[in-house]
Amino acid sequence: MNKAVVSILGADRIGIIAAVSGYLADNNINILDISQTIMEEMFTMVTMVDLSGTPKPFDEIYDDMKKLGDKLGVTIQIQKTEIFDSMHKI
Amino acid sequence: MFISVNEITETIHMIQSEHLDIRTVTMGISLLDCIRSNPRDTADAIYDKIASEAGRLVPECESIERELGIPIVNKRISITPAALLIGKGTRDDAVYLAKQLERAAQNVGVNFIGGYSALVHKGYTDSDRVLIESVPEALYETSRVCSSVNLATTKAGINMDAVRDMGLLIKRAAELTAASGGSACARLVVFANAPEDNPFMAGAFHGVGEPGTVINVGVSGPGVVKAAIEKVRGRDFTVLAEEIKRTAFKITRMGQLVASEAASRLGKEFGIVDLSLAPTPAVGDSVARILEEMGLEICGAHGTTAALALLNDAVKKGGVMASSHVGGLSGAFIPVSEDEGMINAVRCGALSLEKLEAMTCVCSVGLDMIVVPGDTPASTISAIIADEISIGVVNNKTTAVRIIPAPGLVEGDTVNFGGLLGEGPVMRVNPGRSDDFIARGGRIPAPIHSLRN
Repeated sequence: MNKAVVSILGADRIGIIAAVSGYLADNNINILDISQTIMEEMFTMVTMVDLSGTPKPFDEIYDDMKKLGDKLGVTIQIQKTEIFDSMHKI
Repeated sequence: MFISVNEITETIHMIQSEHLDIRTVTMGISLLDCIRSNPRDTADAIYDKIASEAGRLVPECESIERELGIPIVNKRISITPAALLIGKGTRDDAVYLAKQLERAAQNVGVNFIGGYSALVHKGYTDSDRVLIESVPEALYETSRVCSSVNLATTKAGINMDAVRDMGLLIKRAAELTAASGGSACARLVVFANAPEDNPFMAGAFHGVGEPGTVINVGVSGPGVVKAAIEKVRGRDFTVLAEEIKRTAFKITRMGQLVASEAASRLGKEFGIVDLSLAPTPAVGDSVARILEEMGLEICGAHGTTAALALLNDAVKKGGVMASSHVGGLSGAFIPVSEDEGMINAVRCGALSLEKLEAMTCVCSVGLDMIVVPGDTPASTISAIIADEISIGVVNNKTTAVRIIPAPGLVEGDTVNFGGLLGEGPVMRVNPGRSDDFIARGGRIPAPIHSLRN
């Protein structure tokens, strides 16, 4: 499995989850887990995904996420899970 | 989810709001196999070797940045001390080598290349002398080449001839770059007990005990530490130290991850992670502000040395478990011009050269990015170096001096070096003369505790 975390931060509005999950489905990226909350009035969504089924290279997905974020007025970032594992797990 | 949402948002917040980054991925390259019978041929072979070894350094680091979502601010190269490479070359040959290093750095896209260096703690070889005398011109002719000279070790004592000479050469380097406030001196540092695996500039070089090519990483994160200790305001020092340790652990784990990723993608050996708190001139990325957050009205007030001692120790304790190999300078850096809080403290008159010297007894490195009046005598600069180097020699630690006598400027003026080098207020220097002391020359013997065997 080739896992990554998609994080979305920004002002809440209708359709954020739909747009992001639509993009993931269109690109054959499987969602493993979703957690969504409003933290300090900020929409915060963290999605664990599996990239092993997608033909798209990571760099393209990275750019697409940035563009999608700009369109929705939120910050969307995709990061490999290693960064979180190494910082928070011994 | 194996990682909690809070943990993920904490990491993202550290990067986006608290300036967490990897300060440098530095590739150390041994150039001993480039030595030819003619020094010009050596320089050309060096250019070729750097191009082939470091060609993929920048693109690989950029792809790690994207995939992990953590900025790698600098990609750099350190090389075998150049004095070991020039053989019987002349000063012109040495400057030619510096120009080839500049071309090589430009070609592979790194912003600094370190190792235009000599290790003269016990004395000069002929090539050491040629190289050191070429330093001002080499720095003037280049913009990415960094130079360092090791003047002393705890084992060997202090080479006071070299201390005297460096005062003169620092002045010369400043005069050659007078138009930019003596900026060449920002790429020149003198050391006691210089580490062979330091990834930070201007002092990085690739020691002769190192492997062929190696990846060393320097982390950063003063902003993250400051934000963390804001949460324990008013609590006692045990709580404070624990909070810093926890934060340093997390920061260093980033460095370890990036170092091992970079080493494996480049097919090179992983060397060390330098457990450092390296500030930048950006607001929110200052070591001075951490000390103030501990309860000091301003950095430089009484209590600053104790605060820095606690910070430096806790950073090491937290970091050491997070990395498989620790090295370099490892500790908090206190460069004046590169730290917004330090600049402020100097401007307010709270932080003097003398207080900074005391602070260097308890943290890594030394008097760093200090701007002094242009008319400061060379002998006074040498004496400042001698004081700082003595602290390193006697306390068995690394100390260094990176000082800029800004031509034509006086106390209270400011020099703007731009970028990460920041802007330095010109500091007061004690007017008492040290000429006769510096003129003695020779060597200060190694301290008694160097005899450990």
